[in-house]
Amino acid sequence: MAKTLVQEFTKGLWNEIPPFRLVLGLCPVLAVTKSVESGIGMGLATTFVLVCSNILVSLLRKVIPPKVRIACFIIIIATFVTVVELVMQAFAYPLFLTLGIFIPLIVVNCIVLGRSEAFASKNNLVRSTADGLGIGTGFTLSLGALGGVRELLGYGTLLGKDIMPASFEPFTIAIEAPGAFICLGLMLCIMNLIGSK
Amino acid sequence: MGDMIKMVVVLTVLSAFSGGLLAAIRDNTKEQIEVQQLTFVKGPAIREIFKEAGNDPISDRFKLQDGDQERGFFVGVYDGNPKGVALETYGKGYGGDVGLMVGIDTETDKIIRVSVTTHSETPGLGSKAKEDPAFVQQFQGLSLQDTIAVTKDGGQVNSISGATITSRAVANAAAKASDVYKRLKPEIIENAKSIAK
Repeated sequence: MAKTLVQEFTKGLWNEIPPFRLVLGLCPVLAVTKSVESGIGMGLATTFVLVCSNILVSLLRKVIPPKVRIACFIIIIATFVTVVELVMQAFAYPLFLTLGIFIPLIVVNCIVLGRSEAFASKNNLVRSTADGLGIGTGFTLSLGALGGVRELLGYGTLLGKDIMPASFEPFTIAIEAPGAFICLGLMLCIMNLIGSK
Repeated sequence: MGDMIKMVVVLTVLSAFSGGLLAAIRDNTKEQIEVQQLTFVKGPAIREIFKEAGNDPISDRFKLQDGDQERGFFVGVYDGNPKGVALETYGKGYGGDVGLMVGIDTETDKIIRVSVTTHSETPGLGSKAKEDPAFVQQFQGLSLQDTIAVTKDGGQVNSISGATITSRAVANAAAKASDVYKRLKPEIIENAKSIAK
């Protein structure tokens, strides 16, 4: 049962990688992965919220009365989300415009609340931090990867740079909403293939 | 009973702490956010309005007290003559406030151009107010002596089909700008002159 710290961190990278293994928090996964940049931006914002809320929830886990724990978690999470929103507006305005409504929606991202409830409220500070970092990194990588696939197929670019040959005809569907589902499905399929060996 | 009190205390303290933290961060990022909005949101709108002006209207700006509100004005200099003044006003749209930058020629009291800055209207319907230049072009050259309104309300601006509320919001914002301008005209002209020197 007792996992090492490294295991707490690495589980978020493969065994419990949020969008692919847990298939959780799909709303931002499908909505903002039109490019690598917005995918990673969203991932980093979520990671920050995850780590901070995990830290605070873990510190307060003995103070928070069980009956109102969800309300307390939501206050903590919402606070950090607003912090991210303000800071992003101040220092990364174009990214803020791209992510738009999905920044405030991190509040209701079930991964964040899920980690508070399932992990941070039962574990100590160091382990909760490692857990938040791991899951957050996994989330960021997934969003970046999915964004990369969609950007490559849909625009023929990667991080805004043209890398496909000139004869490449972009599959516009990849950046439309159905394309998000198709790409996610294919990636899940590949991950399961690798995992089942 | 003790449980009850603990719940109330914890929630209250947590909320108060969160409120305080957010207020502090908001205070500290406010100026930076304003700068970012100037560059990324208002900037393009202002440049569009003062296309033919010879100065940088974003740096040539001043503020005036209007009742209990402070308003920002941007100056467009035409051949050494600071006759263009732009201000931002808001109209109530379908999904919240619609921001409109209104450029006014102080010599003829006519609208130079208007441009939508911020909005959260329905994509494909209300969002045309920003995306479709034909709509905002209707405001070009309108005299401030006349009331500015959509045709349904007895005015001269044709609504975007399917987006009457948005169209009305833009017209209302323009009318508001006209009111503000008429109210503050002497001060506006004085300030514009001193800036152009």
